[in-house]
Amino acid sequence: MTRSTTEITLTPDADDHRIARYSAVAIALSVAEAAIPLPLPGVKPGLGNIVTLVVLMRYGWRDAAWVSLLRVFAASLLLGSFLAPGFFLSLCGALASLGALGLAARLPRRWFGPVTMSLVASFAHIGGQLLLARLWLVPHDGVFLLAPVFALAALVFGLANGLAAARWLADDAADRSTPESGQPAP
Amino acid sequence: MPIADWRGLLRAGDWLALLLATLLTAALFPLVWLGGTAEKAVVRANGEIVAEVRLTETRSIAVDGPLGTTRIEVVPGRARVAADPSPRQYCVRQGWLTQANSIAICAPNRVSLALVGRNRAYDSLNY
Repeated sequence: MTRSTTEITLTPDADDHRIARYSAVAIALSVAEAAIPLPLPGVKPGLGNIVTLVVLMRYGWRDAAWVSLLRVFAASLLLGSFLAPGFFLSLCGALASLGALGLAARLPRRWFGPVTMSLVASFAHIGGQLLLARLWLVPHDGVFLLAPVFALAALVFGLANGLAAARWLADDAADRSTPESGQPAP
Repeated sequence: MPIADWRGLLRAGDWLALLLATLLTAALFPLVWLGGTAEKAVVRANGEIVAEVRLTETRSIAVDGPLGTTRIEVVPGRARVAADPSPRQYCVRQGWLTQANSIAICAPNRVSLALVGRNRAYDSLNY
């Protein structure tokens, strides 16, 4: 093989390693979730978002955006849906969620925890997806008939994911105060 | 894990967010799905509107066509063709109409009963 004339060396720093680790967990959850049979296309728990929430609470919005978008791209490549309509719906949902989280993250942490972030993200997610579906996939107001169903799913899964993220953060905090007990933090 | 421990994971604002999200979801159901509720019944004979009745009233309407008299019944929330002289009785056997944009057509007697709501699904129907 011809040697490259330009040598580009990328040195990953601690940030990159951290983002990669969390992204890997999120991707694994997304792929595992694809095995769960679900009655309605578009309604799914979005377990990968638990990781996004944990990263948002711990490291801030920039890292959360990295993890979220890396997950959307990598999971779609693994599941073979890259550039298919489902991928664009995921991407649009993720972007809408991140936009909303950017605003919600400014709320005082004392009163608003992971559950608020999760609900904001899940509702923004269905909002973004419905908007894209209306503009591009089904150019008819009929898609909005599904809005209540999606909203109900966003409510249930948003709450569940938020609680899971809160539990994760709480457990890690407990582990740190008593290093002998429990599993090491990921 | 007991429920009390899960409750500890929610902060004050989280309850507020949960309440707002629940209200939004609950509001979406009637907002989106009741847009199709019928508001009035429109009765046509030979293509001309002969009666428009709000679906809050109870009324019986007799309409004359080429074969005889078609009797239409309107009660709160629904309407039907109660009797019709047409040979195959399709419009009578359709029973009660409840959804907006549904229509019972008694073609031989040239009478139709249509329910209309806020949005019209069709610009026109021909038969």
